[in-house]
Amino acid sequence: MPPLESLVGFIEFRFPAFLAMHPLVAPFTAAKIRALNVGDEVFLTGTVFTGRDAVHKYLHEGGKLPPDINLRDGILYHCGPVTLKDEHGHWKVTAAGPTTSSREEPYQAQIIGDFGVRAVIGKGGMGERTLAACKEYGCVYLHAIGGAAQVLAECVKRVRSVHFMEEFGAPEAIWELEVEAFPAVVTMDSHGNSLHRDVLAHSQAELARRL
Amino acid sequence: MSALLESLIELIRRSSAEIPDDVNEALVRSLESEKKGTIAESAMRIIERNIELAKRKSQPICQDTGSVIFYVTCPVDYDQLTFEEITREAVKEATRKGFLRQNSVDSITGKNDGTNLGLGSPTVHFHQHRSGETEVRLVLKGGGCENVGAQYSLPHEKLHANRDLDGCRRVILDAVLQAQGRGCGPGVLGVCIGGDRATGFEFSKQQFLRMLGDRNPDPTLDALEQDILKTANELGIGPMGFGGRTTLLGVKICAANRVPASYFVSVSYMCWAFRRQGIQLDAASRIARWLY
Repeated sequence: MPPLESLVGFIEFRFPAFLAMHPLVAPFTAAKIRALNVGDEVFLTGTVFTGRDAVHKYLHEGGKLPPDINLRDGILYHCGPVTLKDEHGHWKVTAAGPTTSSREEPYQAQIIGDFGVRAVIGKGGMGERTLAACKEYGCVYLHAIGGAAQVLAECVKRVRSVHFMEEFGAPEAIWELEVEAFPAVVTMDSHGNSLHRDVLAHSQAELARRL
Repeated sequence: MSALLESLIELIRRSSAEIPDDVNEALVRSLESEKKGTIAESAMRIIERNIELAKRKSQPICQDTGSVIFYVTCPVDYDQLTFEEITREAVKEATRKGFLRQNSVDSITGKNDGTNLGLGSPTVHFHQHRSGETEVRLVLKGGGCENVGAQYSLPHEKLHANRDLDGCRRVILDAVLQAQGRGCGPGVLGVCIGGDRATGFEFSKQQFLRMLGDRNPDPTLDALEQDILKTANELGIGPMGFGGRTTLLGVKICAANRVPASYFVSVSYMCWAFRRQGIQLDAASRIARWLY
């Protein structure tokens, strides 16, 4: 069997729920999150909070969230959107794809535990500590399509609020976004599975045979 | 508004919102080659839809509008200082219009003043030539793919890479493996063998100015390019690192001289959102034609 077919076959065998479509609608309860498996494609509807490097470091160092932001059973999105104010002074998101999540690996597990986050959206996957936190607290990692800023911005129906704009700048601020049918793939689930770990191991073995 | 300012804003707008044809063709081939019903195929479909949407709405393909890097080829008597001033004005205006994200941060204070201006932003490389033509090329390089770039110093004991072509092959493929999906694949590699730590990366990035479908005139480098492309696509990393058939869309390699003590291999990674455009200016600094 050629190597690539074996990978596709391997993933299909390993993750039988592969490419099943799952609407994931707020409230994001532990039960809904625990029901998800690696390979599930979800369409997310509800509120998400953006947070990237500056926010993670701030929370890790004991920084407090503004009182009107509650991440319990919430979704954290690794994203620095392009935003413009329209003629009525309302914020509009014009580009909103995910940023690379691995930079938040030093902070993510703690933030999932401390704040009760149910899902983290990003790209590129995260490491073992985050995977362990997903299992312990009932959280999943949702991989959005990196670079697909327009498709994903179309899913943002409203900007509810923005915080830390002054301190962190627009890309690093916390944007509270209402999204509808936002597409993402579960690549790390709450049962200890990680597509990233598996693809890395597979590609490492394939490369070793070709050196 | 001066004609040059207008031309540069249009160059930035189009670079940010439209994928050049050569890259788009490679992406379409990649979508067709992925196995139907996989998340790799689904990812490529979303990418295809995104490209179409960005072009139609004239908005950034990716929210990370990246490092803004200009390459200017100009006649010997060209006023580079004025050009650079107008370029900065164009970047500021393009940011105000939302073609570029407020993407430039003071590294010490962490402040983002929202203008995209500062030391190194934008970067403008000038090259004089003896022709009367002025050409301006622009690359917008996102941070996700910039972060997975790598520079290797050979020999590299752990990777069994010696100072020869096989050693170069080993470290370049290691860069692909380490990147996995984090650079927003399927991507393109720009590689420089040799140079110093600064010029190595500079030359590796200049490879992104080549047409994706071109062939290296040096037969040795051409063979290495084809080999890396084929091998990388056999690793099964796939779009976004989801597993799949297309890990890279292209590989471009150049060689620069080195000092005897150093042997660097510098690998730059460009994401699928390969934003690169160019214009030739007429005598009045209007856009005479598009280069890609």
